[in-house]
Amino acid sequence: MNQIIETLPDKTGHFGKFGGRFVPETLISALHDLECAYFSIKGDAAFQAEFKSLLQDYVGRPTPLYFAKQLTARYEKARIYLKREDLCHTGAHKINNTIGQILLAKYLGKTRIIAETGAGQHGVATATVSAMMGLQCAVYMGTEDMARQEINVTRMRLLGAEVIPVTSGTRTLKDATNDALRDWVATVRDTFYVIGSVVGPHPYPMIVRDFQSVIGRETKQQILEKEKHLPSHLIACVGGGSNSLGLFYDFLSDDVRMIGVEAAGFGVASGKHAATLTAGTPGILHGSYSYVLQDAAGQILPAHSISAGLDYPGVGPEHSYLKDIGRVKYVSVTDEEALEATFRLTSCEGILPALESSHALAYLEYLMPQTSPNDTVVVNLSGRGEKDLPTIIQAWTKRGQKELR
Amino acid sequence: MNRLADHLTQLRTRGRKALSLFVTAGYPSVDSTVPLVVELSKSGVDLIELGIPFSDPIADGPTIQMSSETALRNGMTLQRTLEMAEEIRKRCSVPLVLMGYANPVYTYGTKKFVSRCAEIGVDGMIIPDVPLEESAEFQRLSQEHNIAMVFLAAPTTPDERLIQLDEHSTGFLYCVSITGVTGARQGLANQAEEFLQRARRCVKRNPLLVGFGIATPEDARRVGSISDGVIIGSALMKVIGNASGNHVVENAIRFITPIRNALDTLE
Repeated sequence: MNQIIETLPDKTGHFGKFGGRFVPETLISALHDLECAYFSIKGDAAFQAEFKSLLQDYVGRPTPLYFAKQLTARYEKARIYLKREDLCHTGAHKINNTIGQILLAKYLGKTRIIAETGAGQHGVATATVSAMMGLQCAVYMGTEDMARQEINVTRMRLLGAEVIPVTSGTRTLKDATNDALRDWVATVRDTFYVIGSVVGPHPYPMIVRDFQSVIGRETKQQILEKEKHLPSHLIACVGGGSNSLGLFYDFLSDDVRMIGVEAAGFGVASGKHAATLTAGTPGILHGSYSYVLQDAAGQILPAHSISAGLDYPGVGPEHSYLKDIGRVKYVSVTDEEALEATFRLTSCEGILPALESSHALAYLEYLMPQTSPNDTVVVNLSGRGEKDLPTIIQAWTKRGQKELR
Repeated sequence: MNRLADHLTQLRTRGRKALSLFVTAGYPSVDSTVPLVVELSKSGVDLIELGIPFSDPIADGPTIQMSSETALRNGMTLQRTLEMAEEIRKRCSVPLVLMGYANPVYTYGTKKFVSRCAEIGVDGMIIPDVPLEESAEFQRLSQEHNIAMVFLAAPTTPDERLIQLDEHSTGFLYCVSITGVTGARQGLANQAEEFLQRARRCVKRNPLLVGFGIATPEDARRVGSISDGVIIGSALMKVIGNASGNHVVENAIRFITPIRNALDTLE
């Protein structure tokens, strides 16, 4: 069965029963064009060479696979490695996908770029690459997120992007995505919509996964060099699910256990969380059939997470498929646990992780006792924490700046 | 032939342009919808599209977004929308179509939804985020229960796909006037013209009803002259949103009367 997972989605854009293309008719021909363009560049040597060269010289790839000696010593169990996506240009893995999609936009002759953003990382990455390639860029962002990610808002504006405040609904990523889709419905002829995660209508979940799969390919090569064998476990946080799928994809047929960590917010039982795979049910949001957080009448529920990048009531359709076939285990950790993990990594390894990535790190507390010293765990450190400093400092002050360990 | 198709074909034969109105169920208040639809049905309206409110309406502009948010706050659900449809059907025979996004329908159960519509006497359904590619189950159920499944066509739809949509759509083909979301805008008719000429050439089976952005008698007259009728949603929601209590019906009728008259000049 595992042999065929990598060949998905099928021709109609489905991963098993998930995925598809649930969008207004206006967008259908643009999605057809995008799919055709993507398949033609996938095998195009010139495109791939340009993509690879930008990943190397602009993004700074390959990113290191760092052996976290102190963190390993703390648990005295499996050896822990961190895939340092936080060292990518602009501070997170998001830019891998952004470069790929904006190259695709140029190939299609589109002159204007739009994006949605939650934490601002995807918005910054899109604004950055648009600036570099000389394209006009507009980023939709919920006003709630604008308030908690002020630095990224200013940064996008410095990069020449227009940041469009979204005041509808929950004023977070979900509604920013709605407004970006509405913009695209009206401007589809000259505008390319750069979706930031493995969500949305086909072919986006496939395209974003493919562009992010560089993370797993590098990891595989690096771990084989360092350890001479594959890792026993991969851990990554899951909001929409792009950094996790990017890490997992190349290992899907291997004997490697994979864990996706969702945001439990104030706890799944509180109802204030973003643990879509853990506590959601299948439904249709933003163009695909996948797990969503919804009420009994099919209205989408607001999500909650301390991390703006995970604060989303949907998830990529491929994750829904991987959950249902049991290939990936999905778990969740709370805001509080993620903050503790932030403090822990910062004080013991000197690395300040993004609050998103801290969710993956927090799960080590549960996983490590079950591992043995022969095991190797790779955690995807998907982003750096500078953007979260106001939140982190506030939490640190509140807990009395206690000695960290 | 389904009742809706029958009705629209008759209008076409008589040379009368269809006037279809979109009403968000439960807006501005839960009690306002049934009396509004019943009164409109006596005032020259040929078709009512009853909107099922949804939290994330991606094809809608600010007016219908706002009407949906209000309706949801008023406690509307798909279940209650069906109850309203049932009430409307008891009180008048106006052709009635339910329009709403896929997720509430899937959650309710597609099969249960379509068979419930059939029991109530709903004539058709429009699910704007279920394009042809994802519509197999809806199409099967629509045939089984003899309820029209109306597809949308847009200015970005190529000719060969227009032909395909015409083959699969029943009742009518919903032509989206402009490349964009719902809501009034300037220069609508000029933009719509080119697409509608093309749609006329490609579409042989279905009547063409045109919606999105039609707000004035002039819009209606110009768009009506190159189609079989017009659909008005946002502009009507705006009018009734500003009205209080008893004025909902009064304002709505005052708004649609000149539009009906403008369409009648085309007969």
